[in-house]
Amino acid sequence: MSIEFRGVRKQFPDGTVAVEEFSLSIPSRTTTVLLGSSGSGKTTLLRMVNRMVDPSSGSVLIDDEDIARVDPVALRRRIGYVMQNSGLLPHRRVVDNIATVPRLNGVAKDEARERALALMDTVGLDRSLAGRYPRQLSGGQQQRVGVARALAAEPNILLMDEPFGAVDPIVRTELQQELIRLRTQLEKTVVFVTHDVEEAFLLGQQVVLLERGGRIAQVGTPAEILANPASDFVAEFVGADRGRRSLRIEVVHGRQVVVDADGRPAGVLAAGGPAR
Amino acid sequence: MNLILDALAWIFSPDQYGPGGVPTLIGQHLFFTGLAFGIASAIAVPLGYLIGHTGRGREVAVALSGAARALPSFGLILLLVLLIGVLQIVPAVTVALVVLAIPSILAGAYAGLEAIDRRTIDAARAVGMTEWQILTKVEIPLGLPLLLSGMRAGVLQIVATATLAAYVGLGGLGLPILQGIQLRNYSQTLGGAILVVVLALLLDAVFGVLEQVAVPRGVREGRGATEARAASRPARAQALSGAAD
Repeated sequence: MSIEFRGVRKQFPDGTVAVEEFSLSIPSRTTTVLLGSSGSGKTTLLRMVNRMVDPSSGSVLIDDEDIARVDPVALRRRIGYVMQNSGLLPHRRVVDNIATVPRLNGVAKDEARERALALMDTVGLDRSLAGRYPRQLSGGQQQRVGVARALAAEPNILLMDEPFGAVDPIVRTELQQELIRLRTQLEKTVVFVTHDVEEAFLLGQQVVLLERGGRIAQVGTPAEILANPASDFVAEFVGADRGRRSLRIEVVHGRQVVVDADGRPAGVLAAGGPAR
Repeated sequence: MNLILDALAWIFSPDQYGPGGVPTLIGQHLFFTGLAFGIASAIAVPLGYLIGHTGRGREVAVALSGAARALPSFGLILLLVLLIGVLQIVPAVTVALVVLAIPSILAGAYAGLEAIDRRTIDAARAVGMTEWQILTKVEIPLGLPLLLSGMRAGVLQIVATATLAAYVGLGGLGLPILQGIQLRNYSQTLGGAILVVVLALLLDAVFGVLEQVAVPRGVREGRGATEARAASRPARAQALSGAAD
């Protein structure tokens, strides 16, 4: 399902302008990353897609339908949403948390639980955790439950708001790889919000780099942004100006070592093609 | 020591188990307590949930609750009897007890909702719960321990103040206290007072158990249980000090 922002603006009641003017089209079945620091309006933009935030002006379209005319509750039930602190219901078991949306949609309890268990396999959670409560899980496990819950309604769109921001680096890497695996397997339109350049470049097929107030600094694939930063802001944000992204090859002990402009070794040149 | 033995002797004397005896007085006392508690809850719980869910009207509720807490109970009963009329004593006393219990229950209801992590509620909304479903499936179960703690304070306030009903001729456990003072029969006065205390402690214990049971299992090991207990302590102390006036 494609998503289109048409000239959206968001001014909150207290006068803060989170997004000045933003237009973007997100193709179906791709992953688009909204990348920016705090205050760039990225979360506000993400939440416009499931009407957790309504734009002050402009419109958001899903498959060419203006969502302002869609009932927010019905809309949210067909869009998966994963947030930073999993947002699980503390008084419900893991299996019931995952089954939340199917149950709201009237799926019978046993069937919903059966599906929830299958989803635990999908996101790499052991089924023995089904009867636990969220507080009894680690941060990484909670995020996996969050992803499973978002997938439970079989949505075509998945919104992810810094979903891996609060877990340690090792678990984060694991979850990122998991998401790449899921993405090829499930073919969903993913909109992903992060402030982490590495994460954005790893996951994004389209990366949207935002400045303050939701102004687009540059849109493109990670390679395009690196090759051709549109402004000093972009170059600085992705680290191109500091030489971290301009790599050269040095030969050390007969191996090709990739070194950045500061002379810091970034890695060893592998023999075959890219791992991805 | 003798006085206490005399008071216990008064409580357990066979005279007290005929018509108008201790069981009748306890029955009357519990009837007024239950009636006032029921009405107060019917008003304060929905109102508290409305405030807690919408986040609106909190300031007004806090101000009104504070004012209501400061009302002297005895004065309120006499004023209402005078206002509503001497022939309408039962409603007058009931209204007074209801007014006294509402602040605690109201505070328990909205505090229970306010104490829930905003992100939990945001997530519930984001996955597609209606406002009603957020209230019934998330807010009410998670807010229940604090509501019960407010109810506990409210019921103690009522059970203590219901003693004053005897002043306007409605019986209850205030009757032997009042009569004992007039007749200078202090063992009877003390006997009545002991019964009020025992009744209050029993109700307190019942609500204490309910509060513990109401903590959802997934929350019990975490912050929810300790918070509810800590919150109920000052409320209870206040309710008991209310018994003195």
